[in-house]
Amino acid sequence: MSSNDDVFQALADSTRRLILEELTDNSEQTLYELCVRLTMEHDIDMSRQGVSNHLEVLEEAGLIASSRRGKYKVLEFAGADQIEAVATWLDRLAEKNTDTETEKR
Amino acid sequence: MEITVTSVPVDDQQKALEFYTNVLGFEKKTDEPVGEASWLTLVGPDSPDGVELLLEPTENPTIDEELEAYRDALVTNGIPWTMFGCEDVEAEYERLSEHGVEFTQEPMTAGNVTMAVFDDTCGNLIQLVQQ
Repeated sequence: MSSNDDVFQALADSTRRLILEELTDNSEQTLYELCVRLTMEHDIDMSRQGVSNHLEVLEEAGLIASSRRGKYKVLEFAGADQIEAVATWLDRLAEKNTDTETEKR
Repeated sequence: MEITVTSVPVDDQQKALEFYTNVLGFEKKTDEPVGEASWLTLVGPDSPDGVELLLEPTENPTIDEELEAYRDALVTNGIPWTMFGCEDVEAEYERLSEHGVEFTQEPMTAGNVTMAVFDDTCGNLIQLVQQ
């Protein structure tokens, strides 16, 4: 699962998880709009620089992508495959755990 | 000390004057020719003696490139140049939209603050705030 290290690392931070939720709820946000939503709707007290740093981690893990929409650069969720891989691994772990529990009985 | 004049850089002073007065509703306060440009300031209709907004022309060969790069970076990321206050953001949103003004962020309310961001057609994004 070493290929998923950067995904797990990206998901380890609560602000980054919130950013992912924001971008799945409202796709194609500019950096500014995302910052406003984090501050106003989620009470995240963070500078744009701070948010930018988190976005870089998420982008490197392939969880988000940015693209041009006319004059603007917009951010969107792009991690369907990565999330599925993580979910598959978690499911397998949960299943194994269930098997072990059954054996114990 | 107090703030007397603040500025917004504009690509074309006359076009900006038209948008800022006819569409947004500001009033012209001073218009003094300075070389090829003007010392062109505006005030809010309800505060004729309040802070003035200078429409600063960007056609300045010595600073043009850097200023354009900075302005473009702000616009690209949706970051407003400055902020104007109003009594009802939702009403302004409706009114300005009818004038064809493009909003990059529709009115959003949290607590007692409502805000929206629009394109001033002169090279900047402006935030509207009601609080």
